[in-house]
Amino acid sequence: MSISVNDVEHVAKLARLELSEPEKRQFTEQLNKILNFMEKLNELDTDNVKPTSHVLQLSDVMREDEVRPSWPIDKVMRNAPDEEDGQFRVPAILD
Amino acid sequence: MIKEEGIVSLFRLSIKEIHNRLIRKELSVRDLVDESFNRIGAVDSQVKAFLTLNEEQARTAAGQLDEQLDSGVRERGLLFGLPVGIKDNIVTEDLVTTCASKFLSNYRPIYNASVVQKLKQAQTVTIGKLNMDEFAMGGSNENSAFYPTRNPWNTEHVPGGSSGGSAVAVAAEEVYFALGSDTGGSIRQPAAYCGVVGLKPTYGLISRFGLVAFASSLDQIGPITKNVEDSAYLLQAIAGHDSLDSTSANVEIPDYIGALTGDVKGLRIAVPKEYIGEGVAPGVRDKVLAALRVFEQMGAVWEEVSLPHTEYAVAAYYILASSEASSNLARYDGVRYGVRAKNANDLADVYYKSRSEGFGTEVKRRIMLGTYALSSGYYDAYYLKAQKVRTLIKQDFDEVFEKFDVIIGPTVPTPAFRIGEQVDDPLTMYLNDILTIPVSLAGVPAISVPCGLADGLPVGLQIIGKSFDESIVLRAAHAFEQQTEHHKLRPRL
Repeated sequence: MSISVNDVEHVAKLARLELSEPEKRQFTEQLNKILNFMEKLNELDTDNVKPTSHVLQLSDVMREDEVRPSWPIDKVMRNAPDEEDGQFRVPAILD
Repeated sequence: MIKEEGIVSLFRLSIKEIHNRLIRKELSVRDLVDESFNRIGAVDSQVKAFLTLNEEQARTAAGQLDEQLDSGVRERGLLFGLPVGIKDNIVTEDLVTTCASKFLSNYRPIYNASVVQKLKQAQTVTIGKLNMDEFAMGGSNENSAFYPTRNPWNTEHVPGGSSGGSAVAVAAEEVYFALGSDTGGSIRQPAAYCGVVGLKPTYGLISRFGLVAFASSLDQIGPITKNVEDSAYLLQAIAGHDSLDSTSANVEIPDYIGALTGDVKGLRIAVPKEYIGEGVAPGVRDKVLAALRVFEQMGAVWEEVSLPHTEYAVAAYYILASSEASSNLARYDGVRYGVRAKNANDLADVYYKSRSEGFGTEVKRRIMLGTYALSSGYYDAYYLKAQKVRTLIKQDFDEVFEKFDVIIGPTVPTPAFRIGEQVDDPLTMYLNDILTIPVSLAGVPAISVPCGLADGLPVGLQIIGKSFDESIVLRAAHAFEQQTEHHKLRPRL
């Protein structure tokens, strides 16, 4: 399986990344090489193998649904690039 | 104090020796903190281990701890007053935590990671934040957005990654010990390259709350120290269940210090043929075989075994880790924290421009790889396949541990390579992790301890154990240390 510059542009859009033309060319070449290496996994028959998504045998981890204090707004907003009246400020979404 | 080449290093003393001197008031916490900053002043320009120094707060904390000692209270934990360094992907309240990324260059967390909180309770002193590969993605420390860290044994060589700053700070005696994080080998590999001890605990043993997420099913925090005993002390202080981390294991924590008996008589050691075969540098193989002879002399027995799926681990790992990374790094949108790109016209533009300007090349490459692997039509071919291969790798380990107590091999196939040597070839760089990645996929614990030098650079011996059997890993590593002097070697800076 090989991927094209168009595929790289599509994936970059999904990942919300803006790539320069040299980056697109570089990633196409490198990702092809890496994905080609990944093909090695197809040497293995895994039809009857269960996937491991997690090494620990965890079932649903639940806690009591109780009201607890949250961080104060001023602390939460401390790292915001732009804020106003305790809210995150972003460019207009609608015209 | 031990004097060598004009440098007086309190950090050559054991934890117990320092502790006794503090209690007897032959030494103050201020002395220890001064030692740390003096050493940083003398050598850090050569190795660049630190990203942020916490000098004012550290000196204030040292003063407060000394006052406690002066007040006559004698009951202090053994870690009391010790200067520590923290990898910069572990959040520290009010202390900049950048993950070595431009994206978080101004990020001041509003809380402490659970491990940092535990170290605070143990009354250690945080000296600063340590350099790393951006978002812990890399095996050389060249992917830091700020500057590469250099190997103190030869500054033309890499220190390894991604916890390179942590390993260097300990090797260069800038701090007493450090915290790192390991996803595919990021504690063990730099520990091996820098001649210090690095422990990746069982997945779930140490809380990940406050560790900036890279690949959540693999990430683990662990200690980087100058010897195994220190590693056991640090692990004892930071292991344990944490309700703030839903993947934290609720298991009883054994006495790790008590496990250091020095006795490995009858220990059953498995040596995978894949770990000492093709691709392993002769100098590294020789040191590992010499280490096995030391174990034999101590009464342990070893046998060659096979971990047949080792050759598939790197491919499976990079699919899984990159997929999880692409998902975890979706949170960096330039809205709530981190750097926002200027001149964005609309909200979508904020996302695109902030992420494109904020992330470095390796991070983008992994986000691209992970997004591709998870995208429609490719999930089964890549992600699901890799999860199934992960099962086979885990089964390899389970089978060996039915008959053996530990698995031993090299930590890394070669000593540290030169800076810039592999930077344009990501696949070659990824293959450096071939001996650490299987352990990460299986979630089992492993330690890297120094076992000699090859070409003037340190070689690491990797000792792997069953899940939650850190005690036997530490016992074997400590017994080896007691019979050898490798861990006492320090680079000349």
